[in-house]
Formats: sequence, structure tokens, C-alpha cells
Amino acid sequence: MHLLSTRDLDRDTAIQILDVAEDMAQTADREVRKLPPLRGKTVVNLFFEDSTRTRLSFESAAKRLSADVITFSAKGSSVSKGESLKDTAQTLAAMGADAIVVRHHDSGAAHQLAHAGWIDASIINAGDGTHEHPTQALLDAYTIRERRFGHEARGRDLEGMRVVIVGDIVHSRVARSNVWLLATLGAHVHPVAPRTLLPHGVDEWPVTVHEHLDDALALAPDAVMMLRIQSERMRDAFFPTAREYARVWGLTAERFARLGPDTMVMHPGPMNRGLEISSEAADSDRSTVLAQVTNGVSIRMAVLYLLVAGSSTTDSGEGER
Amino acid sequence: MVARTVLHDADITRALRRIAHEVLESRRGDGRLVFLGIPTRGATLAERIQRIVDEIEPGVSSAGSLDITLYRDDLAKSPTRTPAPTRIPSEGIDDAIVVLVDDVLYSGRTIRAALDALVDHGRPRVVRLAVLVDRGHRELPIRADFVGKNLPSATSERVSVRLSEIDGVDEVTIEP
Repeated sequence: MHLLSTRDLDRDTAIQILDVAEDMAQTADREVRKLPPLRGKTVVNLFFEDSTRTRLSFESAAKRLSADVITFSAKGSSVSKGESLKDTAQTLAAMGADAIVVRHHDSGAAHQLAHAGWIDASIINAGDGTHEHPTQALLDAYTIRERRFGHEARGRDLEGMRVVIVGDIVHSRVARSNVWLLATLGAHVHPVAPRTLLPHGVDEWPVTVHEHLDDALALAPDAVMMLRIQSERMRDAFFPTAREYARVWGLTAERFARLGPDTMVMHPGPMNRGLEISSEAADSDRSTVLAQVTNGVSIRMAVLYLLVAGSSTTDSGEGER
Repeated sequence: MVARTVLHDADITRALRRIAHEVLESRRGDGRLVFLGIPTRGATLAERIQRIVDEIEPGVSSAGSLDITLYRDDLAKSPTRTPAPTRIPSEGIDDAIVVLVDDVLYSGRTIRAALDALVDHGRPRVVRLAVLVDRGHRELPIRADFVGKNLPSATSERVSVRLSEIDGVDEVTIEP
């Protein structure tokens, strides 16, 4: 089994992952945090693109489940000498990898790894080009559900909740994964971006697009998710200046003050303070930025457990739940 | 094939009352009792026994549940199971008298897993085992301290425990 995208995740599976993540989160305040289900399994972190946060999160999740973790970073490896994805996959297969967490600059790399027949390990997409980043969306959904329902979160979806996603939608795999997952869970998604940062097919997405942040914020959303603006986008003239961006699409102190007391502010990190998000918003108690980091480990533990611990099929075990 | 009922609701209530009394008798000194049930039905039984204990001697006990899914020795050989929640009473289990509670004692593998899970939560003074039904056929050197009913069975037979909180009825049946 693989986790390649949130688009093909059905509602029940998504909720199952969120619920198992709750169980995993519960173990964080025990005397011994380590759990045994992946003893003797090998998880490979295969990163063709730098991402310290995601890699550390997966690494700590795999270690908490007692897996052996090998990190294969493309920098300084034979990949930079021209070894293909296929050769790398076959090398990892020969080493006995049970799961491969892959981050790649090309959209579809994880899918290719899963379906080309090079290796029969479970493939977990940790971000492929501008396509998807499913565990980020799962941890965002988990964070929203936990904030809203607290101890009553188990088994619930996000029916009727409004989530505003602001920023570089066209290049963002985080935005794409969130759109599919949040819609599957019953939430209304409102992307906000300058026209230049909206993808072509956005009309076919299950969303309501806004060009101005203030229009979206007027809906009294449950969550406002700010995306990171990459500096290279600015060079490529997708919007006039950083100051202009911050003024029109940034969550400034003034906009933040207008938000309702129950609106949570989310950011996948790392933040550009003063550009897409102000420090007032980032450091407030309505900000979920640090909770998202913590929840990321729980979600990745749940995904690794569900994909790697058992044999190929899933059931709930003797009708127990 | 017809299922034969070996314990009716009154029998179950009586067995749990007896177990509650036996647990209190065996409690030496001022030890705090923590009943930890193994989900799903063990957790319900732990709550019931604890309620009886609390009627007899108020304030010395608490109840919770201990999920063992992640500690099973057959994880890799079976389809992935969804864990059930673990609820440890807020006072913790350090230095407490922990009574593990399950519905049926069979191979002993569930209890082996429970003992592993338990040490990750703390260090009890002593750990005991209470089961509603002991049907024999142990595969590990484990035995129960408190047994509701010893039920000799063939491995081919199926023993089912139903509890009103979950199944709408209290009964233990055996079917060929």
C-alpha cells in the first residue's frame, strides 16, 4: 500500500488515519514514548530536494515506531552523479527497504516509484514537484479537527467548516493536497491568490476562489492557512513587490485583529514574517504553527503504522474499534 | 450449529462480584487499585468490577483501558489493525496494584502484549490478572489470579462474551 496523494483518499480512510494519529499522539506523554510495531522494518527517507523539517518529522515518526531509518539525501550521493530514480529504487530494494518516504522535485515521482515495478516497498509521497504533499494536508486536517473538537474529535469529519488558503496556489503541493482532503472531509475551501498565482484548472476544483483576502476573511472562516511565498517567485514577477504582496494578500496585524476569536491561523512553515504573515498573527494563541509540527509526527506515525506494520490489506481487527 | 449459553446475565454479575471481593481481599496494606481493561470488552468489565469495588470500599480504586494492538506478536502476519484508545487514570500506575482485566483468557498472547504495553506506562507495585472466562489452551507461561469461570473447551470451539453496554445483552456462549 502507498500514500501518494489525498485526491484518491476516501473519507473513511482519511478519518481512520486521523483517528490512529490521535492514538499515536496519546503516547507522547507516556513514560516510554517508543512503540514496537515497526521493529525489524526499514524505512528509507529518500530526499532529492532539501527539506529538513519534513525529513526530521518522518525520521522521528519512524524511530518512535522502532523502525530502522536510513536517510538517503540526493546531495552528495550518486544521484548527483546521474544515477536514475530507477537505479536508486533498485538499490534500496536490494537493501530490503519496507517503506520509502520520497521527496522529489518532479511531479509524479512518487507515483512512478510506486507503480513502475522497480520495488515493492510502500511508497509515501513527502512532496513531489507542484503535485501533492499528502501528509502535510493530513496534519493540517488533524490540527483543525483537534482545535475545533478537542477530546471529541475522534471519528469526526470537517463538515461545513470554512478554510481559507492564501498564497502561491499554483506552485503549492500543500494547497493541492489540502483542497482534495478538506473537500473529502466536508469542508468548504476558499483559495485566495493573485491571478498570476492561481492554476489554470482551478475552476474545476471543489472550491470558491477569491482574488482579495478581505473578501475571504469576511466569511468568518474557521481556519486561515497562509502559504509560504518562495523568493524565486518574486524574481519571476508573479506579483509586483514584497510590500505590495504583504499589503494585499498578507495576514497583517490589522487583518489579524479583525478575525473572530475562533479563527485559527495556520502555516506549514518556515514562515516569512512580515511577508505572508505578521508576527502578531504567527505568535498569537490562535496560531497553530507549533501544533502543526507536533501533529506532523503523529500523522506520519499513523501513516507509517497503517502502511508498513501489517500485511497488505486493512481491517479493523475482530470487529474491535 | 447451536450456541450453548454457559453464563447468563445473573451468572456474570455474580462472577464479577466475587472477583471484586477477591481482589479486595488480596490487596495488602494501603495499595491503590487500578483496573485496566483490554479493549473492547475487557475495558467494560474493568469498569464494572471497579464500580463494585468502589461500593464496597470507596475511593481506593480507579479504572481505565490498555490497548495492546501495537504490542501484538502477530502484527506483521495479519492485516493492519486500528488501535483502540488507552486510558490510564490520571494518578498513573506507578506503585499501584494494577489488575489487568480481559473477557477471555486463551493463548495468553494478549496478556503478554499487555505486560509489554504496561511497562511503557510506568512501574506498578504488582500486576494481577482477572478474566471472566478461562478457556485453557495456553501457549505461554501465563495464568489468571481471578477467574469468573473455568470453561474447558476444544480449540475448534468458539467462546463469545457479550456485554449489555456493547452488545445489548449479557451472556457467554460456546459454539462448536
